[in-house]
Amino acid sequence: MKLNTLFILSIFSIALLFACSDDEEVSSFDSTQSEVVETYAQIVYLNYEDALTDAKSIQTAVDALISSPSAATLKEAKDQWLNAQESYGQTEVFRFYGGPIDDEDGPEGQLNAWPLDESLIDYVVGSSNGGDNNDATNIINSPSDFPTINKETIADLNEVGAETNISTGYHAVEFLLWGQDLRTDMPGERPYTDYATDGSGTNENQARRGEYLKAATDLIVDDLEGLVAEWKDGGAYRTSFESSPSSSLENILNGMGKLSKGELAGERIFVAWDLRSKEDEHSCFSDNTHRDIVTNALGIQNVFLGTYLKIDGSTYTGKSIYDLLLIDNRDLAEQLKTTMEESVAAGEAIVPPFDQEILNEQGRLRVQVTFTSLRKQGDELAEAAAKFGFSFDPDDI
Amino acid sequence: MKKIAFLLLLFSAFTACQEDEEDPFVGISEPREEYPGGRATVFDLSENAFGHAAPNLTDGRDLEFVTGNSFFRRNWVTSPSSTSDLDGLGPYFNARSCGACHFKDGRGAPPLNSGEKTLALLFRMSRPSEIAWEELPDDHYGGQFNPKSIFGLTEEGNVRVTYNEKSFSYPDGETYRLRYPTYNFEDLGYGNLPADIMISPRIAPHLVGLGLLEAISEEDILLAADEFDKNNDGISGKANYAFNHILNKNTLGRFGWKANQPTVRQQVAAAFVGDIGITSSLFPNEECAPNQQGCKDAYNEGEPELSTKILDRVTLYSAALAVPKRRNFDQPDVISGQVLFRQVGCNSCHMPKYVTGEIGEIPEFANETIYPYTDLLLHDMGTELADNRPDGLANGNEWRTPPLWGIGLIQTVNNHTFLLHDGRARGIEEAILWHGGEASQVIVSFKKLPKEERTHLVNFVKSL
Repeated sequence: MKLNTLFILSIFSIALLFACSDDEEVSSFDSTQSEVVETYAQIVYLNYEDALTDAKSIQTAVDALISSPSAATLKEAKDQWLNAQESYGQTEVFRFYGGPIDDEDGPEGQLNAWPLDESLIDYVVGSSNGGDNNDATNIINSPSDFPTINKETIADLNEVGAETNISTGYHAVEFLLWGQDLRTDMPGERPYTDYATDGSGTNENQARRGEYLKAATDLIVDDLEGLVAEWKDGGAYRTSFESSPSSSLENILNGMGKLSKGELAGERIFVAWDLRSKEDEHSCFSDNTHRDIVTNALGIQNVFLGTYLKIDGSTYTGKSIYDLLLIDNRDLAEQLKTTMEESVAAGEAIVPPFDQEILNEQGRLRVQVTFTSLRKQGDELAEAAAKFGFSFDPDDI
Repeated sequence: MKKIAFLLLLFSAFTACQEDEEDPFVGISEPREEYPGGRATVFDLSENAFGHAAPNLTDGRDLEFVTGNSFFRRNWVTSPSSTSDLDGLGPYFNARSCGACHFKDGRGAPPLNSGEKTLALLFRMSRPSEIAWEELPDDHYGGQFNPKSIFGLTEEGNVRVTYNEKSFSYPDGETYRLRYPTYNFEDLGYGNLPADIMISPRIAPHLVGLGLLEAISEEDILLAADEFDKNNDGISGKANYAFNHILNKNTLGRFGWKANQPTVRQQVAAAFVGDIGITSSLFPNEECAPNQQGCKDAYNEGEPELSTKILDRVTLYSAALAVPKRRNFDQPDVISGQVLFRQVGCNSCHMPKYVTGEIGEIPEFANETIYPYTDLLLHDMGTELADNRPDGLANGNEWRTPPLWGIGLIQTVNNHTFLLHDGRARGIEEAILWHGGEASQVIVSFKKLPKEERTHLVNFVKSL
């Protein structure tokens, strides 16, 4: 009798033990996890490759603008810049865990930093060459202080670390194409003649302005090439990333959660909404902030669903975090899928320009729905991470 | 028997995979020091331990904290810019953001080698004045040395920090070393500093619990004041009074190394204008030195660069940063250290406990039992720590007792353990040993403790 009880108890205990570490489930989880990490790495690579292709298109258009400035070449450069935001915006989910984009010598601060020290770059209203009564100086209009403008000189000015002048990257190019955002109902209105070197030009130092624009654009291409190299099949970072799937999964979730809540919902949307301040929008020169919101949200959804729509129209699909969650946490998997759909839809419902949307009542509601959904999404991603045994604070960016 | 052992093994394996859930509010009802901020205590002990909002914020203040956090961290840019909420940097400045010096809301470090520039270590300066209260700014450098400037203006210069180490020993023969700092002002853009200049180095402290300190009633703080040591315990405790720019009169100072700021709001606004060059409704004018014409001529929109709403948010943020819970608070060595801390007399100034009143920025912080380990009063710390520069009622020997909560997590958050007003102490033990003046007797008692007990006391401080 005593033996019997012991026997039953031990069977029971074995069952309990297995319930908490089922061999079969573990191996299925582990192999799915590896596939999820590989899918992610491939999406990162494809997305950066698209961003690079798009940046090269800006480069072509900028070269055309500089060699023959006209309303048409300026418009083409702007269109290419706007187009490039569509692919680059989706890559921002690859930040926030010290990967190639934002490790200690990662290019994020050079590539997409904001806010921009625009008055350090070129004339603004109130400074020397823009008129008014101020003699503030800037790089383009100070040939004696900065005799040469090229990639190296402007990269040097964009110092490293927390103590930085922001003088490079997408927003520098944006400023050089659009000019200051001075009017509430439209983006900046820089005339193409700012680049005319035939004597008809406006605002002095047109050739130097062209050199700056070219250097800033070339730097974007260089930085993206570096990222593609790290993430291509066999690339240094990708190889180590795929060889430690568990810590990589943790990094992936960190990026998703922190972009959702801390960065996008908090920094980029809530702050402007809270202050009703048009000055806090992300792409202020071009009034493209509404697309930044949607592309960021899409990027997160791409990673979650393990799918990426390439700019050539084809779709890449692989094992996803959604699949991985389905194994043990079906409800949370479905909940997250729904929340992400709601976030993207809410972002798409925002009526541009964003700087007006945060001022009118209907618009404020639409913006509120968006950041509320994104905050929830960040919390749910932290919950998902906890299911996998990780913990992070999605507010901490 | 073997089977039983096997079963036990299985059962322990089973228990090991149960979640170990901790009820965070156990003990709050019966005040326990594990939660130094009371309900404004947080449980994250990671590198973000100093960066959380108090969990008990209500009325949308938890969201407004997000905006405050953003402006605390963002870099300010040169004016004018399209992001006009964020422009107005300089003309002269120490840093481009609050977070540059208070990294992760934590404590700054002095330069780690003599070639590194000072960032989180700033230098107040003034010249002797006949008039009490007056801090006479230098004609060329003003009241604070700013190593950086906007493009187009000559920078004020750099400070090279060097240290001389000296060796000492405890009565039991164990030796210790302290490093004495020297500050050389170099590459000066506006000529040499006058011979009578008085210079006070100040490091950026970690920020947790400011709103709780603001909520302590003035009466309770003044209870411990004993400026002329009438009770003959060797400890004075002097209140500083600072000009309150909101009430337009002098009120009790609580914040800053010399207790020269009365409120979190004014501390924040003063740091904005003094350290980043951002004017506000409280401090509408750039702090240009009398002879810094370039500073006066720099672009100026004629209105405060910091909107009232942003000042509100950053003030809320700074006040609402929660205090992390203590670690190892119930370990025997820590409890022994806590007893010794009281026995040798550390807590005459590092007052352990207050119950907050109903004042300050954050209504949720009222009537809270807190354990900050400060009396917020000025004490003579002796000639070796003296900056020899008066600041309000504080003389050149006096410093405010800094709160000790969070001190043991600086290593985790900021990756260093530099302490005291200028970061000269390389850890808690050195910081204790630097204490002089009113604390001399206490330090004599500390040094006489056996090594094991000294370690306990240090471990106790580390657990705060």
